[in-house]
Amino acid sequence: MMENKIERKGQVLFSGYKYGEGIKKALKLSREDILFELKESKLRGRGGAGFPTSTKWMLTAATIDPDKYLICNADEGEPGTFKDRVLLLEYPAMVFDGMVIGAYTIGAKFGIVYLRGEYKYMLPDLEAHLEKMRKDNYLGEKILGKDGFDFDIEIRLGSGAYVCGEETALIESLEGSRGEARNRPPFPVNRGYMGKPSSVNNVETFANIPFIVLKGGKWYNKLGTEKSTGTKLFSVSGDCEKPGVYELPWGTKVSELLEIVGAKNTKAVQVGGASGICIPKSQFDRMLAYEDLATGGSVKIFNENRNMLEVLKNFMEFFVEESCGQCVPCRIGNVKLLEGTKMLLKGEFTFEYINKLKELGRTMKIASKCGLGQSSPNPFLSILENFKDEVFNQGWRNNGR
Amino acid sequence: MEDKNKNRVPLGQKPHIVEKPKDPSAIGGSITVEINEKKVTVPMGTTILEACRENQIHIPTLCYHDDLCFAGVCRLCVVEVEGMPTLAASCSYPITAPIKIKTSTPKVRRARKHVIDLMLSEHYGECYSCIRNNNCELQALAKEYGVTDYTFGHIEKKRYEIDDSSFSIIRDLDKCVLCKRCVRTCIDLQEVGVLEAIGRGHETHIGTFLDKQLADVICINCGQCINRCPTGALHEKEITQDIWSAIDDPTKHVVIQTAPSPRAAIGEEFGLEPGHSMTFKMNTALKRIGFDAVFDTNFTADLTIIEEGTELLLRLYKALVNKDESVKLPQFTSCSPGWVKYLEHFYPEYVGHLSSAKSPQQMFGALLKTYYAKKLKLDPSKIVSCAVMPCSAKKFECNRPEMNDSGYQDVDYGLTTRELAKMIKEAGIHLPEMPDSHFDNPFGDASGAGLIFGVTGGVMEAAIRSVIEFITGDKAEEVFDGMNVMPVRGFEGIKYAEIKIDHVGPVPDLIKHLVPNWDWVKGATLKVAVVHGTANAKKVMDDIKAGGKFSQCHFIEFMACPGGCLGGGGQPIPTNEEIRKKRAEAIYAEDAGLELRKSHENPHIIQTYKEFLTDGPCGHTAHKLLHTHYTVRGKYIA
Amino acid sequence: MLISEKQALTERVGMLVQKYGNSRSALIPILQDIQHNFKYITDFEQQEVARLLDIHPVEVYSVISFYSFLSSKQRGKNIVRLCQSISCELEGKEKVAKAIERELGIKFGETTKDKKFTLEYTNCMGMCDQSPAMMVNEKVYSKLTPEKAVQILKEVK
Repeated sequence: MMENKIERKGQVLFSGYKYGEGIKKALKLSREDILFELKESKLRGRGGAGFPTSTKWMLTAATIDPDKYLICNADEGEPGTFKDRVLLLEYPAMVFDGMVIGAYTIGAKFGIVYLRGEYKYMLPDLEAHLEKMRKDNYLGEKILGKDGFDFDIEIRLGSGAYVCGEETALIESLEGSRGEARNRPPFPVNRGYMGKPSSVNNVETFANIPFIVLKGGKWYNKLGTEKSTGTKLFSVSGDCEKPGVYELPWGTKVSELLEIVGAKNTKAVQVGGASGICIPKSQFDRMLAYEDLATGGSVKIFNENRNMLEVLKNFMEFFVEESCGQCVPCRIGNVKLLEGTKMLLKGEFTFEYINKLKELGRTMKIASKCGLGQSSPNPFLSILENFKDEVFNQGWRNNGR
Repeated sequence: MEDKNKNRVPLGQKPHIVEKPKDPSAIGGSITVEINEKKVTVPMGTTILEACRENQIHIPTLCYHDDLCFAGVCRLCVVEVEGMPTLAASCSYPITAPIKIKTSTPKVRRARKHVIDLMLSEHYGECYSCIRNNNCELQALAKEYGVTDYTFGHIEKKRYEIDDSSFSIIRDLDKCVLCKRCVRTCIDLQEVGVLEAIGRGHETHIGTFLDKQLADVICINCGQCINRCPTGALHEKEITQDIWSAIDDPTKHVVIQTAPSPRAAIGEEFGLEPGHSMTFKMNTALKRIGFDAVFDTNFTADLTIIEEGTELLLRLYKALVNKDESVKLPQFTSCSPGWVKYLEHFYPEYVGHLSSAKSPQQMFGALLKTYYAKKLKLDPSKIVSCAVMPCSAKKFECNRPEMNDSGYQDVDYGLTTRELAKMIKEAGIHLPEMPDSHFDNPFGDASGAGLIFGVTGGVMEAAIRSVIEFITGDKAEEVFDGMNVMPVRGFEGIKYAEIKIDHVGPVPDLIKHLVPNWDWVKGATLKVAVVHGTANAKKVMDDIKAGGKFSQCHFIEFMACPGGCLGGGGQPIPTNEEIRKKRAEAIYAEDAGLELRKSHENPHIIQTYKEFLTDGPCGHTAHKLLHTHYTVRGKYIA
Repeated sequence: MLISEKQALTERVGMLVQKYGNSRSALIPILQDIQHNFKYITDFEQQEVARLLDIHPVEVYSVISFYSFLSSKQRGKNIVRLCQSISCELEGKEKVAKAIERELGIKFGETTKDKKFTLEYTNCMGMCDQSPAMMVNEKVYSKLTPEKAVQILKEVK
């Protein structure tokens, strides 16, 4: 029923990996060496926020608590994103080996994969892989004979809540609560799952680790751009000939990507999923990189026939439902932005009110408690900014005025 | 009270705090930060909000409450921290680095205004028709931020039905701003666990198990959620109109008893600072409102001491001398209806430990429609018996089906301190200006022992004052300096004390006949404990269940509310520990100034036993009118 | 509920607590297990779970109400979830939805009278490159057409 279309293989993740190789190499190195290579690689979190992985791991490694957790965030829920699905189905070895290396580096005893409920069908294969790792002593006690290095991985399932992709909400969910984000500080690296130091990293981040260990940080940081090193998996969907997963170096221009995926008559590209921003043709020479268009990898293509307000409405409906509902800006703010979108669709709006909503959107970005509310106004703000003519005139046309 | 952030809390709102150093002056114990370009030094782990408050910088808050752990959900208290891309919630941001904070930038002010606008857009109803008009935190914030219109519209239809199923508490979710103070109160502060956030996203609302009505779940009616609700979403079931009608009906004889705690707090409703005792001014006001007689609940508090104390001695005799293993010890107090219902739900196997003595409110009710009616030749069916209480659970208590031993509903209406303040205002009376007047006969003014029932430890202290004298013949004021039983005073959540009884004195006639001899008490050590707040009650009950230290106690006072009755769910809003302490001071000060400070010396009590309860404490009449039984409820909801 | 039924439920919940542990972090795995086998979590089970985990029943209910894949109300034997997120929306989710509704004779959010099917919308399930997509229980079906969707449901029946 399902196909995992890897449409382009790049220089890192899809360059070929032999199961266990990374672990073997890593265990010959000291923790400091690995952290050094990681720092050198300038690897940044692949979930979207782009926090330097070496910093996160150093902070967790520096804590003195003997019980630390390494958590793999496989709660890929951003509409338009499916690269983790492909990674987990096709290359679980990279991901899990990355976790073992991470555990060795930060001194974690326990590993947890928080797999979204929608991906439950992967469970048997993933469990089988973990079992194999245990047999081969890549997991368990004294891994590969290394004294004092005990580590195992448990897979826990989500239950259908997008917000649990936010790391502190994910931890709440693991602890048996509603997926409501926590106040920060303290950060999970100091006080995470069960109050213990925890590093939460994305599936793709882990998949990069074995390659950095094997080939070195220097090799890695030559790929991509100055601030965005390595390659990125892009989940491409929408109006193009070849939707699927593409491994491309960071810094690829949107126009280049459109060319590769066979997109024609493209009007708009939503970069970063529902919570990302929507750019028009005039900006297609921008590049996909943390320094320009930061993204967790979702690229959604809209051709000339698509109605951007309908698109926006779908996004906002999504956020109204998926907000955890605890903080005011996100719980009510998204409702107001959705209402505004509907006003625009009907053509029953005043510019004054729409401007107030834009201001509200900007407040939501800084006042919401977690990343969900801090990014949910992005499509509203960017679509209204970048597609003015379509947005402000279509309602009038719809009304026959 | 113990550190509010160390209690068991809803896991979703765990306080992720940084522990403060024990000695802030030690190296690394303090840190200097900049607030609005001014340098201030604070202990490590101080929150931005605390640091600002200590430096006279006002930050608006809503979900924050002094008594509760952090939530950080309303986002009103946001401030700018240099270098952070987003604003920080100052209530829950512990300072651990030399940060620079700005509390009133355009971004901050706009964000706060937006938060208020958003809350108002979904806040159904008009202020003038709201119970919390003029004492509403949302309203105050709207004023503070100059809200003159509804920026983002205003909800025009109710989204939720009002839940008025409970005798005590009404929930109006359309006024709820989801600050979750009630959730934190119910689960964390009180450990009752009736309220939680239900649903997700815009559908989130505060609800009960299966979204049932409050009357159908295990709510103990303590009303602590009311005291902490910033809006009118939670309030007591008002019965003032019924009382007005009774007063206006010339055929009705309307009497009111007043508990000790309302008088120590009602001044707050009239603009006075907490800590003013209004006992005698309130009497005048009540008479001017039109009550036919005003009585002091302390009278039946004194009576409770005699009945409950006697019951305790009897239990001890049966257990220690008769070796009767069916006797339940420790004996638990039963004055707090919130506590009683808590026990019935959570530890139903222990209801036998509850003193069978009714609460002072219910004892009074039973006497009014019997003894008082007879004495004044009144038709008891025409007596309307009211009680002003610091409590929302008293409304439930007086409606318990078993509380009609007088042949009628013993107490018709329980009204809260807040409701009474409203009636006084409606009658055009400014309470602080009233002259003094005394309580009416035949019950008159009561003892200081009854008065201190309002503070945690008060029932125990009153009991000790009497029991010690009963047994040893020593004067309480000689045993305890100034008659103040200090070991049971104070706001510590759980207190424990031991009192050694080294001799037996002449036991007074009132109880002498109850057992063949009293020598067995000699050399005994009376072990007692005092517990307030049901979260603390849970700890003690679990200890008893496990056969721990408290299972060895003889007598334990339990109060459902933090601070005891003075912190009750019917008291003026707001509440916090400082306010509760002031109320306690007012009560203790009034007690210290009284001549009569021991229940058994109350001449009206002695007269009542002589005239009416002629077979003495725990005797037949007393048993019929002044004692009750309890219901094994359990936790399961069908 | 009959006492024997209650006893059976108590035993079952007790076994789950043995399997997953009695800490709060075991709550969601326990609920997921019940949900998986019985499609919803009864009132009584919620209270039993609360008792054994030493939390309040309302906390269990609160958690269930938060997660889309947990339910406290009776559902059909098969839960059909059609993705309503952007890709599926643009690729013809609406037509598929209509066809499914017609086939089952119910609207979204409803359960068939014979309790065989419950129909729901869900948000992105990570099949955006093969939309529209739906899940039947835990199985994912992609690149749906109205005909294909109806055929799938027929086979499930």
